[in-house]
Amino acid sequence: MPFMSTVGDYQTVATLETFGFLPPFSQDEIYDQIAYIIAQGWSPLVEHVHPSRSMATYWSFWKLPFFGEKDLGVIVSELEACHRAYPDHHVRLVGYDAYTQSQGSCFVVFEAR
Amino acid sequence: MSKKFDAGVKEYRDTYWTPDYVPLDTDLLACFKVTGQEGVPREEVAAAVAAESSTGTWSAVWSELLTDLDFYKGRCYRIEDVPGDKESFYAFIAYPLDLFEEGSITNVLTSLVGNVFGFKALRHLRLEDIRFPMAFIKTCPGPPNGICVERDRMNKYGRPLLGCTIKPKLGLSGKNYGRVVYECLRGGLDFTKDDENINSQPFQRWQNRFEFVAEAVQLAQEETGEKKGHYLNCTAATPEEMYERAEFAKELGQPIIMHDYITGGFTANTGLSKWCRKNGMLLHIHRAMHAVIDRHPKHGIHFRVLAKCLRLSGGDQLHTGTVVGKLEGDRQTTLGFIDQLRESFIPEDRSRGNFFDQDWGSMPGVFAVASGGIHVWHMPALVAIFGDDSVLQFGGGTHGHPWGSAAGAAANRVALEACVKARNAGREIEKESRDILLEAAKHSPELAIALETWKEIKFEFDTVDKLDVN
Repeated sequence: MPFMSTVGDYQTVATLETFGFLPPFSQDEIYDQIAYIIAQGWSPLVEHVHPSRSMATYWSFWKLPFFGEKDLGVIVSELEACHRAYPDHHVRLVGYDAYTQSQGSCFVVFEAR
Repeated sequence: MSKKFDAGVKEYRDTYWTPDYVPLDTDLLACFKVTGQEGVPREEVAAAVAAESSTGTWSAVWSELLTDLDFYKGRCYRIEDVPGDKESFYAFIAYPLDLFEEGSITNVLTSLVGNVFGFKALRHLRLEDIRFPMAFIKTCPGPPNGICVERDRMNKYGRPLLGCTIKPKLGLSGKNYGRVVYECLRGGLDFTKDDENINSQPFQRWQNRFEFVAEAVQLAQEETGEKKGHYLNCTAATPEEMYERAEFAKELGQPIIMHDYITGGFTANTGLSKWCRKNGMLLHIHRAMHAVIDRHPKHGIHFRVLAKCLRLSGGDQLHTGTVVGKLEGDRQTTLGFIDQLRESFIPEDRSRGNFFDQDWGSMPGVFAVASGGIHVWHMPALVAIFGDDSVLQFGGGTHGHPWGSAAGAAANRVALEACVKARNAGREIEKESRDILLEAAKHSPELAIALETWKEIKFEFDTVDKLDVN
């Protein structure tokens, strides 16, 4: 079957919504996304959850949303602190937009180990 | 002071051309592009349009004197040249609020675009824009959920949503149809869609389709860990059947249904939209028949008016064309009416075809849906044009993938996320589109093959309906 030899087998992947289809981001790529959140005037916040509950609407807050935080370094260190405290949890970064009451950005930075 | 009945035919302009009138905040304002018969003065034609779309008729009638017509009449208050067009002009008409039933788009359109369009003194007439006053807007139900609620229900943030219409659009059995839904959703799409002509035909009755689709959605959701939906088309021959289908979709736990608002009609649409609000169901809106009404540059109704009417009647997603795909639509005009769907205040901007300031107050926004002849190479342009509050739908661009629909879906999802990531990182995604897509394809054989498959396909025809500019 010469035709079938060129057809690939697409395997379903479990993903965690936005950016789930891209390879894990490098440190610099994460910085770019944080800078975007800050430039939009959104509030960064960090959330985490055990993989068994990843489809739940509410993930646990890491501390509180960082209202008004503009320092990239602070946000990165909070992400890392959350990941250290909950190594078996997914950790995601949200850019919260108070004007639309929605999340302008939301993606998983660390997947559970 | 009482008036005297004077039988006979009066010139319309004596009553309905009022250049000194200053429109009220509560007036409904309309801009028509008017092409009169030769030799008829502009003021007379414009006044005739105002008269025939409000209180006037061709002859003076005694019963006019039983009321104060000055309180109820529409008035043409301004006439403007159409740039680059000598035979047509714009007529601006103000209608008092009391001419319209509260919350009834049906009533507004019956008045404004009723008999007057067949009026013999006109060669062509086109309703270009309506400024709905806040006092009217507050009586309309609007989108059952709106953009914010839809994002929360579907758990989709920070990017456009991704969908696809099931193909072939006619002729699949329920089970085969569900298979295609499953393939698309497991491949990474957020939504799949019934084609507009899928209602309940002999080859696939609606209950059967709904059941198989519900299973496909459920399976894809479990396997991918992401929220999924399929627009179940509830458009039907009668309102009773439409509601029966909507109820069944709800019973099956489905998040979203669909309606064709022009063929189905505004009354049906507004009713279904209210049902959706009450039942926590998202509502996707198709626009079959719109091009019959909106494509001719001199006659009919511009789509920006139909889009505004839909936002008032209710819908959470509305098709808007793609700019870059197989269907008509220029970029500035499209940007103009997608603003009308999503923003809360849109200033007058002739370069985008918006003739009035339009304040939507607290009315929720509607997702703009781009669908029709688009494929992965269009992705950067689509993300740039439509922004995050949109649904990008690739039909042929999903199912046409050499490995099948799941791989086609994955290719589109990778391309979309690569574009969003690049945009957020400050790159110019339209200029750098080729690099962004080729970089992303290094990690995705599905995307690499999609890029190869569709590399030569373009739809470069001139737009028929252009903005009026010099």
